Amino acid sequence: MELPAPDPAILARRDAILARLREAVGDEGLITDPVETRAYECDALSAYRCPPMAVVLPKSTGEVSRVMRICHEEGVPVTPRGSGTSLAGGALPTADSIILGVSRLNRVLEVDYDNRFIRVEAGRTNLSVTQEVESDGFFYAPDPSSQLACAIAGNIAMNSGGAHCLKYGVTVNNLLGVKMVMADGEIVEIGGPWADLPGYDWLALVTGSEGQLGIVTEAVLRILPKPEGARPILLAFPSNEIAGACVADIIRAGILPVAIEFMDRPVLEAVERFVGAGYPECEALLIVEVEGSEEEIDAELARIREIAERHEPIEIREARDEADAARIWAGRKSAFGAMGQINDYICLDGTIPVSRLPDVLRDIGDLARKYNLGVGHVFHAGDGNMHPLILYNANDPEEFARAEAMGAEVLKLCVAAGGCLTGEHGVGVEKRELMPAQFSRADLEAQMDVKDVFDPRWILNPVKVFPLALSAPRRERARAAAPSPGRAA
Amino acid sequence: MTTTPLAPASEEALAEIIRDHAARQAPLVIRGGGTRPVGPPVTGETLTTTALAGVTLYEPEALTLVVAAGTPLAEIEALLAEHGQRLAFEPMDHRPLLGSEGVPTIGGVVSANVSGPRRIVAGACRDTLLGARFVSGKGEILKSGGRVMKNVTGYDLARLMAGARGTLGVLTEVSFKVLPAPETEATLVARGHDAHRAVALLSRALGSPWGVTGAAHLPADLAGGMSETRIRLEGREDSVRTRGEKLVRHLGGDWEMVRAEDSVALWREVRDVLPFAGQAEAVWRISLKPTDGPVFLDLLERNGLSHHAFLDWGGGLVWLLVPEGGDAGAALIRDQLAALGGHATLVRASEETRRAVPVFQPEQPRLAALARGLKRRFDPAGILNPGLMEPAAATATEHS
Ligand SMILES: Cc1cc2nc3c(=O)[nH]c(=O)nc-3n(C[C@H](O)[C@H](O)[C@H](O)COP(=O)(O)OP(=O)(O)OC[C@H]3O[C@@H](n4cnc5c(N)ncnc54)[C@H](O)[C@@H]3O)c2cc1C
Repeated sequence: MELPAPDPAILARRDAILARLREAVGDEGLITDPVETRAYECDALSAYRCPPMAVVLPKSTGEVSRVMRICHEEGVPVTPRGSGTSLAGGALPTADSIILGVSRLNRVLEVDYDNRFIRVEAGRTNLSVTQEVESDGFFYAPDPSSQLACAIAGNIAMNSGGAHCLKYGVTVNNLLGVKMVMADGEIVEIGGPWADLPGYDWLALVTGSEGQLGIVTEAVLRILPKPEGARPILLAFPSNEIAGACVADIIRAGILPVAIEFMDRPVLEAVERFVGAGYPECEALLIVEVEGSEEEIDAELARIREIAERHEPIEIREARDEADAARIWAGRKSAFGAMGQINDYICLDGTIPVSRLPDVLRDIGDLARKYNLGVGHVFHAGDGNMHPLILYNANDPEEFARAEAMGAEVLKLCVAAGGCLTGEHGVGVEKRELMPAQFSRADLEAQMDVKDVFDPRWILNPVKVFPLALSAPRRERARAAAPSPGRAA
Repeated sequence: MTTTPLAPASEEALAEIIRDHAARQAPLVIRGGGTRPVGPPVTGETLTTTALAGVTLYEPEALTLVVAAGTPLAEIEALLAEHGQRLAFEPMDHRPLLGSEGVPTIGGVVSANVSGPRRIVAGACRDTLLGARFVSGKGEILKSGGRVMKNVTGYDLARLMAGARGTLGVLTEVSFKVLPAPETEATLVARGHDAHRAVALLSRALGSPWGVTGAAHLPADLAGGMSETRIRLEGREDSVRTRGEKLVRHLGGDWEMVRAEDSVALWREVRDVLPFAGQAEAVWRISLKPTDGPVFLDLLERNGLSHHAFLDWGGGLVWLLVPEGGDAGAALIRDQLAALGGHATLVRASEETRRAVPVFQPEQPRLAALARGLKRRFDPAGILNPGLMEPAAATATEHS
């Protein structure tokens, strides 16, 4: 992965720029010490690192606006950051950029049960939003596995999903409004606690735009009443194909579970070894969860059982109570950790049509043999969002290169099957150069046109999402046109 | 004067027409079935997508549908029903309200981001839209999104097209997440409540775990002499019954349970705004915070705007009938919304009024500038439905 050389004009003005930023946010809002900025040199895609010029942590939208105005005037690139759990390098800084972190913007501003929304500052963590309302019987639906740490800001930037999106949708379906600071520092409000937007759908554009269109500082989120109850059923099968066929049959029967999770043998073995989940011995395991009243859950689970029985299951295990349910989920929840114990891995995020599951799983197996690497699968089967884990040894650069090459092939396979490069982790720097596998030149130029309109100077996360060579002319044009004090000096 | 509309039968032919019109700066009026003439009148040669029709792909087991933009909505709904599925967002049929004729197409539904009473739980059209292909005002064939449920690969131009009413591009193909259709439905109806009390009850119902999929209130003058507060439940027969019983206990008071086909008729009335069909007066569609619905109506009353109104979306959607005269209440309505928050669209009015009054809620200056910026990028010649959605002319300092 390549990062363009830092802009010498900016580095030359470093002290002057930092002095202006200090004026805007005070000493406590600015980190320049190289030891301290090291904590910000990467996100959860930790293979790529680069220390930023400085880290700025404003504590109000007004401060964010002042910081952006300065960066806009100075032509300084800005790397927005929530909690830094991105798996795509979305929060990876460049040496001539500042990190603009919203972690100190974490207040709850309004909770309204009658109108079923919560308004929060964007640095607030995902889980703490649900925690704020759950004692009153509500929850915020998108629940990424990283929810203890990740921020609403990052969720919006990556359009994050979770185990329950089959029923409740992803971030874009649960976001009602944002307050956002534009690249030049102007503050805009988009949407609010009501439905739809009067003009173009700015909310949909901003969601999933990976911090390239503005800095989100507040969000209005839809909250939902908690279901009466929820219970999982565990279905064990002799092959991936059969498990895949069972998923299709459940959905075709008109059942919409809240979650259908899939694990294959390599993952099951790791989980068994490290948490002793007590899962049946099998090639593929599904965990299907349904919601509702006791009677409704019983009825739904009975239908699922009936469908599963047609597919020669090795075992069907229904949760009888909370403890059973927790045991069934425990293995799934520890799957990534357990795999990490065995090996380093690259976690891919391609999505495919559910109907293609069996053949794509087979093709990925073939690729693993070709590259002589291990691969495990643990993913949301209901919505086709795969997470192949490619195992490699981080101390062996050759093996890492091989793993990356295999990853790229797997993602192209997902696109060829009618899917996409990334379902919920984002493009970031990781998949930037693969974008032409999914989009034509014209498609990508149209997307960059949108960026031009929002951020004409290309200072927000400029080297992400688009292939470097494609965005270069726009970045250079923007830089040449900017009346930057740095370049004037 | 009626001329035959341009009706290209392929994406490439459509692109060719647009390139040709862009070169000549000749404006085009973009149509699906032409059943939703909302917005100021637009002049130009008519281009319709009706010859781009047909199902590209339907996989019930993957909940996925891909169709050409000109496909009639009714055909899609029939196909889905055969497989026990549906479009969850319950698109309104505008024909009764607007007195329009023609065959609604799926492209028109997406372009106008149409939804219905189930929007409160299922979202609007854009929420189940997975991807789109379209031709920009430059005549380029573009795509965004795809056919899978989770996708954060690049900017979401598909959803940008939803609700853009053909001003940024002409849709040629759209894909959706479809959902299972429930076995049956029923509506709980309470009579005699005023709007404030009704919305309080609807909020309580929507905050309960029993899966309410419709929440409306019709006042006495529109419901045959006695107001009706309606709550819809859908699902399996036994589940609908028990959830209905729980809800009634939870809400208190008298509720009648209206079942199956009779329930369907109640929601068709709400969805298609039938109480205001076949009349001459202006109709507004106002989206606001649900509990502000009755507050807003009080404010209109206090300011002397004579009107009829009913509420959907638990109070968050006001359908308002006002006299055509003057600005059809625009200034007064939007002044109240400036204080409360929300937005108002003048859905029905004479051409003259729609020319004089901003049909769509004016946006903050910066958002309006972004809209002009996008328009210039996607349609530099300004030929796609010119004047339909653009805010007033750009200032001299803006550049694209
Ligand atoms: C163990 C683990 C499990 C995970 N599980 C899931 C999962 O189940 N589902 C899922 O979807 N993701 C998952 N992720 C990925 C990650 O957690 C999400 O992408 C998350 O939304 C990132 O949030 P963050 O606050 O950490 O953002 P960061 O990593 O800080 O930033 C993410 C992106 O958002 C931008 N950004 C940050 N703040 C702002 C702002 N204020 N305004 C504009 N842009 C901003 C950044 O520039 C960057 O591009 C997982 C990650 C890990 C490490």
